[in-house]
Amino acid sequence: MRGSLKELDYSILQQCMRCGMCLPACPTYDTTKRERHSPRGRISLMRSVADGELKITGEFVAEMSYCLGCLACQTACPAGVDYSNLLETARSDIQTHGPRATLVARFWRAVTMRGLFMRPRLLRFAGRCLGLYQQLGLQTAFRKLHLTKLLPPHLKKLEPQAPTMARRFSHQLIAAVESPLQGKRYRVALLTGCVQDLAFSAINRDTADVLLANGCEVYTPPIQPCCGSLHAHNGEAEAARTLARRMIDLFPPSEFDAIISNAGGCGNHLRHYGQLLALDPTYITRAKLWDTKLKDIHEWLIQIGCRAPRPGMAALTVTYHDSCHLTHGQKVTSQPRELLRLIPGIKLVELPEANWCCGSAGIYNVTQPEQSELLLNRKIDHILRTGAEVLATSNPGCHLQIARGLQAAGSSIQMLQPVTLLARAYKSEQSAGH
Amino acid sequence: MPLTDSHFQELRRFVGSENVLTAREDLIPYEFDGTAALKHRAEVVILPANTEEVSACVKFAATHKIPVVTRGSGTGLSGGSVPSEGCLVLCLTRMDKIISVDAANLTLRAQCGVITANIDAAANAHGLFYPPDPGSMKISTIGGNVAENSGGLRGLKYGVTRDYVMGLEVVMPDGQIARLGNACVKDVAGYSMKDLFIGSEGTLGIITEVLLKLLPKPAARRTMLASYDRMEDAANTVSAIIAARIIPCTLEFLDRTTIGCVEDYAKIGLPRDCEALLLMETDGHPSAVEDEAAKMLEIARAHRARDVRVASNDAEALKLASARRSAFSALARVRPTTILEDVTVPRDQLATMVGFIAQVAKKHNLLVGTFGHMGDGNLHPTFLTDERNADEMHRVHLALEEIVDKTLELGGTITGEHGIGLAKKQWLKRQLGEASHGLMRQIKQSLDPHNLLNPGKIFD
Ligand SMILES: Cc1cc2nc3c(=O)[nH]c(=O)nc-3n(C[C@H](O)[C@H](O)[C@H](O)COP(=O)(O)OP(=O)(O)OC[C@H]3O[C@@H](n4cnc5c(N)ncnc54)[C@H](O)[C@@H]3O)c2cc1C
Ligand code: SF4
Ligand code: SF4
Repeated sequence: MRGSLKELDYSILQQCMRCGMCLPACPTYDTTKRERHSPRGRISLMRSVADGELKITGEFVAEMSYCLGCLACQTACPAGVDYSNLLETARSDIQTHGPRATLVARFWRAVTMRGLFMRPRLLRFAGRCLGLYQQLGLQTAFRKLHLTKLLPPHLKKLEPQAPTMARRFSHQLIAAVESPLQGKRYRVALLTGCVQDLAFSAINRDTADVLLANGCEVYTPPIQPCCGSLHAHNGEAEAARTLARRMIDLFPPSEFDAIISNAGGCGNHLRHYGQLLALDPTYITRAKLWDTKLKDIHEWLIQIGCRAPRPGMAALTVTYHDSCHLTHGQKVTSQPRELLRLIPGIKLVELPEANWCCGSAGIYNVTQPEQSELLLNRKIDHILRTGAEVLATSNPGCHLQIARGLQAAGSSIQMLQPVTLLARAYKSEQSAGH
Repeated sequence: MPLTDSHFQELRRFVGSENVLTAREDLIPYEFDGTAALKHRAEVVILPANTEEVSACVKFAATHKIPVVTRGSGTGLSGGSVPSEGCLVLCLTRMDKIISVDAANLTLRAQCGVITANIDAAANAHGLFYPPDPGSMKISTIGGNVAENSGGLRGLKYGVTRDYVMGLEVVMPDGQIARLGNACVKDVAGYSMKDLFIGSEGTLGIITEVLLKLLPKPAARRTMLASYDRMEDAANTVSAIIAARIIPCTLEFLDRTTIGCVEDYAKIGLPRDCEALLLMETDGHPSAVEDEAAKMLEIARAHRARDVRVASNDAEALKLASARRSAFSALARVRPTTILEDVTVPRDQLATMVGFIAQVAKKHNLLVGTFGHMGDGNLHPTFLTDERNADEMHRVHLALEEIVDKTLELGGTITGEHGIGLAKKQWLKRQLGEASHGLMRQIKQSLDPHNLLNPGKIFD
């Protein structure tokens, strides 16, 4: 799995029968109308590499990097092409067989991929430093003095987009084990994520609250490894496998009714450990069991029959943006909407093109700023026209990207996640009750 | 003669350098269309923005005797837009403007690269509709539809693309721009030249603009899905409906293999354990629709339909039709290579043909899924195979030969809507006979004496 295109099971490439039904769903094809920027075109390039007709050229690398990885093509494809697998294999191939990246790029890649995102404590420490930098007003000072110029190019682009760090991370908000006050029905594990933990720890707290309100005992170990999705999406297959093993060790799947993820991108990677560890005899059985236990929070709540909150919250018009990896990757589309509809006082209005990528796409807004901006503007236009007061979405990447867009547009629309709204609804029924 | 940098330089002057593609990574994605197992690399791909740019490129090609292959979205199923040897590809997807909708005269004018579904959406905004709806409508271009004279799911009642083309703007093989037909409902000024270009598969001229006829949107619509334990029962239902003087807009069928694949993709609760599904739709005046739907339901039951599901609303009707549209691609789930045929027989021979296909597949030990436009007698037997298995491919070819022979014996045609292109030219003369094949060739020679437009397609 995820070695090189040449080693890949050829039938996965052949699965694409070139009908073109995915083209209208692809945001990059929509922008340029060029076949190479379409899923069908990209697959043909991958197949040429597998056939030995094309080397991994600079143009091939550029094309794989221009792809958002949004997986809209996978939803659109009637032939069941596993585009996600193909793209990850291509990117992994680029890492091992592609043209050498510049020294600076390789250094930063090593720092982030093999350094920070392999070591949860170090990542939190870095997050803490970034938080301090932001809180102390150093950010403004730093920028005013043009000191950002000294940063490496990669980080320079990232710096203004870095999320504001939460003041307290998940382990300071959630105890290792929390039990519902009454009626324990399930035992679940809560994955706190990396970006989610650093920037949105409050959402992890909300997730735990909502689970508790629905009879789930919540197990949240304070130190959790990164799930490896960042690594897999960027061609670091070996690191991704190491992280998957650590996860399985920390959360033995047989001990839980469900393992809960609340970030679309991580969830999509997390539920495919079976595929990732297919060749690992010691882990494969557990990995397969893990995949069946891994649930997106919305999916799980609907599956167990989420309790409708009692009235208490003020009336609110909400619209919902589908994060790519939740809707196209995990096919969780109706559940977040159902949860929002459960909340008394919320009026849900549909967002046009709700499942069209917002341009965040992992680190895409850093690597492909132009295309990312194009998609963001399109998204913001649609959101503004719904007249909603709140935009709900459920992925940290989308959350950061769209919040940035709304801010730039001078909009007062609030961004919240469905679990946050649900947690608030449960809270307001408590206070109404007292 | 291979093209050189100086050729590319000149082409860049016509369309801007970003619209002349010559890098390998740009050309590989244009090597194929939707047809299995065909590919060839073009020398250059050009993306013009308007008729004048197309004309300039074609004039240039005529001067230098460079073959020109026209391409829309490349969803064709006979290899029509697969590059020819040493050719320049004109890909027209950037010419995607709807020029006008004339609600008073019920017409729409559009550039050739507009996506078929967008034509219908533009008509819809005026309470009108554009009936031809090929399975590929979400991505096929209107120029490609005209060039293939495409059909769709509503062909039984509303006909095919040809029935909606009132006028065309065409760039001729020498680069001249001709306007054929007009907005008049009646027009007998000379030969009907536009008709010559409809279904010409890019071999006679390049269609740059179309003037289309629209219809008022039907007030009501009713969609039903009947399941059967025997394919013959579905076929007999179709014959009985037509014999009862009912012309529904849609009578589409799927066989068991196809049903399974479509359900794997669409997940809309199709019954996997039946032998045939018949998708029936009637539209028009509400009371007439009510009446026809009741009769169709009765006829289906009388022919042992196991169950008839009536769509409860537009959304469900749309879901059923979209599921049918995905049939061909969904079949690709089963085996690596999907070879689709397009044989069409007179309606009363349909049951015979369906039975024959099943028999041939069994005889050659091949996996075949069949679906199609039952009301039109147009079948899509689809071989699920593997192009890398030489022995199996040999058996596929034997089976195809037998199916073609049988089709012609029953008075049918080798292609109902996908065209000849590369894939079916070996059988064309067998169907047409010497005289009629010769006539076709004569027309090609007189319009394109240097054989520059889509060479190798339709004719050898
Ligand atoms: C999933 C699927 C479902 C399909 N369902 C149907 C169906 O229900 N009915 C049906 O009839 N077909 C169907 N098709 C076949 C195909 O979609 C049609 O033939 C369509 O009209 C092709 O349009 P295109 O823009 O993709 O043209 P292309 O494939 O790019 O070109 C097709 C041919 O037309 C020529 N051409 C294209 N544009 C022009 C132009 N502007 N001027 C002159 N020549 C031109 C090309 O040279 C080529 O010969 C289906 C295909 C797929 C993949
Ligand atoms: S990826 Fe799927 S939808 Fe796209 S061309 Fe290939 S088979 Fe068709
Ligand atoms: S992942 Fe998104 S951007 Fe990439 S090919 Fe698929 S639809 Fe296009």
